[in-house]
Formats: sequence, C-alpha cells, structure tokens
Amino acid sequence: MVEWIDFERDTIVDIFSKMQYEVVGPEALARCLIVYPWTQRYFGNFGNLYNAAAISGNPMVAKHGTTILHGLDRAVKNMDDIKSTYAELSVLHSEKLHVDPDNFKLLSDCLTIEVAAQLGNDFTGEVQAAFQKFLAVVVSSLGRQYH
Amino acid sequence: MTTLTAKDKDAVRTFWAKVSGKEEDIGTDAVARMLAVYPQTKTYFSHWKDLSPSSPSARKHGITVMKGVADAVSKIDDLKGGLLALSELHAFTLRVDPANFKIISHCLLVVLSIKFPNDFTPEVHVALDKFLAALALALAEKYR
Repeated sequence: MVEWIDFERDTIVDIFSKMQYEVVGPEALARCLIVYPWTQRYFGNFGNLYNAAAISGNPMVAKHGTTILHGLDRAVKNMDDIKSTYAELSVLHSEKLHVDPDNFKLLSDCLTIEVAAQLGNDFTGEVQAAFQKFLAVVVSSLGRQYH
Repeated sequence: MTTLTAKDKDAVRTFWAKVSGKEEDIGTDAVARMLAVYPQTKTYFSHWKDLSPSSPSARKHGITVMKGVADAVSKIDDLKGGLLALSELHAFTLRVDPANFKIISHCLLVVLSIKFPNDFTPEVHVALDKFLAALALALAEKYR
C-alpha cells in the first residue's frame, strides 16, 4: 500500500486540475515517439510517423495522447489503490497490446518533461518528486499483471 | 548505443549556445532535483554537512557537474578521448554506479524543458538525450 503525504496528494490533484489535456497529452506521446523511436512499433496503423514534424502533426497521435492522459484521471481519483484501479488495463497492455513495460517509464519521463514545460518554475523539485512518485506507482500497476 | 550524427552534434551545439550564461542556474537546479526526486543519490554525498537540495554543497556540485557537461559539448567529436581524465576519476575514485548518469541526465532535461519551453523541442530533446547517453558511456569507459 503506497503511503502519500498531504503535500503529495494536493500536488497531484492540483497538477491534474490545471492540466491542458489536449495539449500535454498529444505533446507527451509525440515526444515519446520522437525521442524513443522504437516505441513507434506499437502504432503501425497510425499512418505517417516518418519524421518529427509528421509525428507532431499526426491526428491519431494527438487523439491517443489525450486518451492516455485522461487514463491517469482514475489514478488521481483512487490514489490509495492505484494497483487495482489499473488491474484490467494492465492485462490489456500485456495480453492484447503486448507492450514492453519498459515503455511505460519512457512515456512517463516524456510526460514529466511536458508538465515541467507547462508549469515552469512552479514545477519545483518537491513537486517533481511527488509527480514522479505518482507516475512510478501507475507504471508499476500497469506492469503488475504481466506474466 | 548509436553514434552521434552530424545533425545531432549541430543540434546540441546550437542549443548549448542558448544555454550560455545560465549554466550555473541550470546545474544547481538539476542537482537539487536529483537529490529531491531520487533520494538514493544522496548516498554519494555522505561527506556533506548539509544534504538538502538547496545547500551550498549541492549548489557547488551543480556548478561542477555543469562545467563537465559544457566541456563535453566542446569535445563532442571525441567524447571518449576528451573525457579520459573524468572517466578515470569516476571509475577509480568516485565509482558512481552508471545507472545514476541516467538520473542526472533526466533531471538536466527537466530543467532545460522549464527554462527553454519553446527551444527544447522533441528534435532537440532527442539529440541531447543521445549526447548525454554518449557522455555517460564515455564516463563509464574506464570502469572495467
């Protein structure tokens, strides 16, 4: 059971209450596909991913980025049991999507960088620590049902 | 690990020109974040009186690390040869587990994202990520 102090809970709720999902989601996924190109293996049917400009302008990438980011909302609302919140999604990513769980960390690093750009100096070291802890719990939960 | 292409090197050098003058702030912020977000990194600094992210020792260390990175940018065409002395230092004296190079690299990228939200594009990000990975490899060269 993950222990959260008040500062961490408040920080996560605050970040997501200010989140511009349609900007940050697409940018985080695009960044992941550009910086770690091997992640493109999961998006063979997304059309043109040939270069950074194509990826950044791809509407399927944008839509999926927004979807992923909204997927985190459930964890924000259930911070005391993220593990069971994502049990089904974990099975999906393992059995159906066959995503190497290492990729979850890559996307979460890109998301951290996008949120940092969005929040600027408000993204202090303490805020970053809380955010990365939250993402680490999400990443761990998503990898839990793999076998 | 892939080598740095001419395009990567250009992107790093061009971006680094923008960093000029802000190195100290960037370095101190990166080390402060490393200590705050990855407390296990504090184990390397048990000789400091004050291990808090904003301590004078942490600030001084941020400046040191950043000077090293800046030096690496100037030696980007031969990181292994150019950083031989630093590699020996990390291998025989500091013995920092190379996993930690990824940590400080990530913290550095977060700081750059905050300070240069418009210039730190995905293309610049990938070039810098590759550069920092190559730098880490050069630093670990003499480990074994």
